[in-house]
Amino acid sequence: MSMSAYYQTRAAHHGVVTSDWLAQSQEAATRAVVTGGQEIVDGGKSGRAFSVIDEFNNWRKQPDLAEAVAAIRALAAVIRNSEAKTMMELEIELKKASDSLKSWDTTSISLTAGCDLFMRYVTRTSALEYEDFNSARSRLIERAEKFGEISYKARKIIAMLSQDFIFDGCTILVHGFSRVVMEVLKMAAQNKKLFRVLCTEGRPDRSGLRLANELAKLDVPVKLLIDSAVAYTMDEVDMVFVGADGVVESGGIINMMGTYQIALVAHSMNKPVYVAAESYKFARLYPLDQKDMGPALRPIDFGVPIPSKVEVETSARDYTPPQYLTLLFTDLGVLTPSVVSDELIQLYL
Amino acid sequence: MDARRVSQVVPKVRQVGFVTHSDPNPPPQASRTQSVPIESNSGTPYDSPDFSPVMIPPPRHHSENLSHLRSAAVAVPESSSRRPMWDDRVAVVGSYNPGNSLLGQPVSPNSSEVNSEASTTLGWFGRNSSGKFSAGSSFPGGGFDLTTVKMENFTQLEGKKPEAVPGKGGGGGVEVNNRESSSNTLKAKTTKAERRETQEAQRAAKAAGKAQGNKPVAAAGGAGPSNILRQPSQNRDDPAVGSTIAGSDRRGGDRPPERERKKDVPPPRMQFDDQGRVNKSKKRAVFNQPEAKNRVELFRHLPQYEHGSQLTDLESKFLELDSMHPAVYKVGVQYLAGDVTGGNARCIAMLRAFQEVINDYSTPPGKTLVRDLTAKISSYVSFLIECRPLSMSMGNAIRFQKSRIAKLPLTLSETEAKAALCNDIDRFINEKIILADKVIVRHAATKVRDGDVLLTYGSSCVVEMILLYAHELGKQFRVVVVDSRPKHEGQALLRRLLAKGLSCTYTHINAVSYIMHEVTRVFLGASSVLSNGTTYSRVGTACVAMVAHAFRVPVLICCEAYKFHERVQLDSICSNELGDSNDIARVPGRPDVNSMDNRTNEKNLQFLNLMYDATPSEYVSMIITDYGMIPPTSVPVIVREYRREYLLI
Repeated sequence: MSMSAYYQTRAAHHGVVTSDWLAQSQEAATRAVVTGGQEIVDGGKSGRAFSVIDEFNNWRKQPDLAEAVAAIRALAAVIRNSEAKTMMELEIELKKASDSLKSWDTTSISLTAGCDLFMRYVTRTSALEYEDFNSARSRLIERAEKFGEISYKARKIIAMLSQDFIFDGCTILVHGFSRVVMEVLKMAAQNKKLFRVLCTEGRPDRSGLRLANELAKLDVPVKLLIDSAVAYTMDEVDMVFVGADGVVESGGIINMMGTYQIALVAHSMNKPVYVAAESYKFARLYPLDQKDMGPALRPIDFGVPIPSKVEVETSARDYTPPQYLTLLFTDLGVLTPSVVSDELIQLYL
Repeated sequence: MDARRVSQVVPKVRQVGFVTHSDPNPPPQASRTQSVPIESNSGTPYDSPDFSPVMIPPPRHHSENLSHLRSAAVAVPESSSRRPMWDDRVAVVGSYNPGNSLLGQPVSPNSSEVNSEASTTLGWFGRNSSGKFSAGSSFPGGGFDLTTVKMENFTQLEGKKPEAVPGKGGGGGVEVNNRESSSNTLKAKTTKAERRETQEAQRAAKAAGKAQGNKPVAAAGGAGPSNILRQPSQNRDDPAVGSTIAGSDRRGGDRPPERERKKDVPPPRMQFDDQGRVNKSKKRAVFNQPEAKNRVELFRHLPQYEHGSQLTDLESKFLELDSMHPAVYKVGVQYLAGDVTGGNARCIAMLRAFQEVINDYSTPPGKTLVRDLTAKISSYVSFLIECRPLSMSMGNAIRFQKSRIAKLPLTLSETEAKAALCNDIDRFINEKIILADKVIVRHAATKVRDGDVLLTYGSSCVVEMILLYAHELGKQFRVVVVDSRPKHEGQALLRRLLAKGLSCTYTHINAVSYIMHEVTRVFLGASSVLSNGTTYSRVGTACVAMVAHAFRVPVLICCEAYKFHERVQLDSICSNELGDSNDIARVPGRPDVNSMDNRTNEKNLQFLNLMYDATPSEYVSMIITDYGMIPPTSVPVIVREYRREYLLI
């Protein structure tokens, strides 16, 4: 079965590997390269476009780098290697590269959002400035480079903003392995706050185990739960912290499978749900229900062979509507879900 | 008045929300409109006993609620008369009593202390202001810097009074609203100095002459287009000040509405339970409509006429109405007869009629094109209102139109000006309606999947376009059309869909909860979407949306952005339209159920035929506009970001 490349990457980052997954990823990797090559048959630019995907893959492999940042770095590389002489030409090249990146993995929201963001920045600057081409170009490159730092700094900003919400003696429930949430907890631990973390196992990629590992290294008391034990332990939880793969226009989030469930339970028990997400994850999507998004599949290893007539729900992510979220911590500040649309309108319209 | 004021004990009470004072202070007639300084308004911020409690507050309140800054004032009232008021007023600082606070505030545009005082009294809604308050520290004619609240400055203000401080709109008749658009701020700033001089001159003259109620109209601050000016609207009979969307007669005893202000926020609809106003408006009416006799008490503030004779009456007046342009007359008759219905259709018909008016227009000698044309348009608008009350889309279009006229550079020749205006109308129709619809259809079609069951209510042109487009794209879905009496608008939609080959189900609204379980999406149209996300549309929509919400079916409202409005409405009562009660009493073609038919005048029985209702935002999942798909909470963002843009095109 096909596997979403995005989740492949994440699994790679987490380093939680199963033999099954390995085999599939090998296969997927070769397939990706092939399709990557096939897509790029546009007149004369095949060499360059191909390298966009390559560049992107290179950047992506770094565990600490967000997808969107990797994409933007790849686009910066496109600018650097481009032979265009005018802004218009450069824009067109970039558009092509961005499209090919997006189509290479249609399921990754932050990738799409990152590309869109950068393209938006490009069109805006090229429209406004009448300076000469080279300086514009170098400015674009510089901006793209800065983006990487922005991402890293964004995490720090978010961590700082959320410190006020973590009080001594609190119990935090965490789902999925988000690097932003990790940063938040790390900073809290460094600030000598006393709190404990309950983390869900996060099947099927079991990212919760890795998270528990990391937290244990920081001497934070951690307790592992299986996914089904969330409602059982929700009583003793003070707040829920999750990251986001993407933040959609309604203010809801798209995140690892299980987030919606946890948000529902938390909401019914009046526990706040906090989302930590950088602002470049804001995407112009608006799902109406769970099935309204593009599918992102991830094979599940049950440990025992499943007969072929049994279907398996392999979706890797779900959509949490904004009414179940309390606050969003972003590098733009602490926002309520309805502000997301405001930001997107200002950015894109 | 002074006596009353002085004896009033004004507690330091912060009054929140709109307050009706039962002060028996009937608004003086003509003089009131002008500068009536604070006197007239001290106790009654809200103009008056005329207004019944259920009415929509007059524009100034609106704008306050929306925290717009007022732009301007009329001439500064004399300082002496103002003095005593300040004393009273000091105690009321911070109270949401616009009348008190704004009156007679001679805020010097450049004087920060004065500004901050102004801000003091306005501090309350200053703090609540959203958005554009950051506009400079000084506002042209009347804005206030609401950033700080300093009470002690109040006393300074008194000291300032006697000096020739250019009054900022304080003057009576002024609307207490602070309506300031940043564009006005910018524009006004350039002419502030000139205006200040003229204002000072006027003040001096006024103080000397003690004349009242006259406004230094064009003379004042003559610089710049009249729209920056505080134009006191003379009397309600002065059409030039026009811009009243709802007919200048409404302004009646009101303060002179300023043009910019009117551009920003439409004047309140006339409340028909005020007999005096109704009588006055009748005198100006183009044709006579007898009012319905047996009206529901709660809806007395809305106009209701005997429908039987209206059309024949109007037709008979055809040859007598030489002041009426035939195109406008035609549109009016079409509205009355119900031939043209639907927000977009009505708006386009009206704009096309205005185009013809403009083409045929020639400036009479001795008048300027801008003023005269605006006056003409206002009178035509009043006529159209008599035929059928305006929809919000029409209101916005008229506002746009008037602002375009007002912005015409004075150097243009008449033909050029006319061509420019016609062009603008074309562009408006094209961009805001036709192209907008195309964009909406494109967005909405992405939300239709194979196997969907789509429900729609009534007949919305945009929804029809969406369904047809999705069908053309080859998506497999079926449609449920929900309809209701008395208009049965869904039947026309049903016919057109069937003609194109869509599979449809037709039902009435009483079965909507029965059929909702099989529905996957609900598409609804809207007459307007208000700033709190409330959708104002055909009566019955709220029901459908509520049932859909209960069944967790997503509700998508499809509405062009030009129909968005800054108003906020909490229920369907305060503003609505009443239709013909005979339509409810009678079921055509069914003599056996017509027992109600002749009982419309019975004392114990009242018929209520509402045309619109308000759907709360929590039932709406998403609004599809030409700006994309937005959540209902983002409507004020669109209004904020784009209202300026198209008014300033």
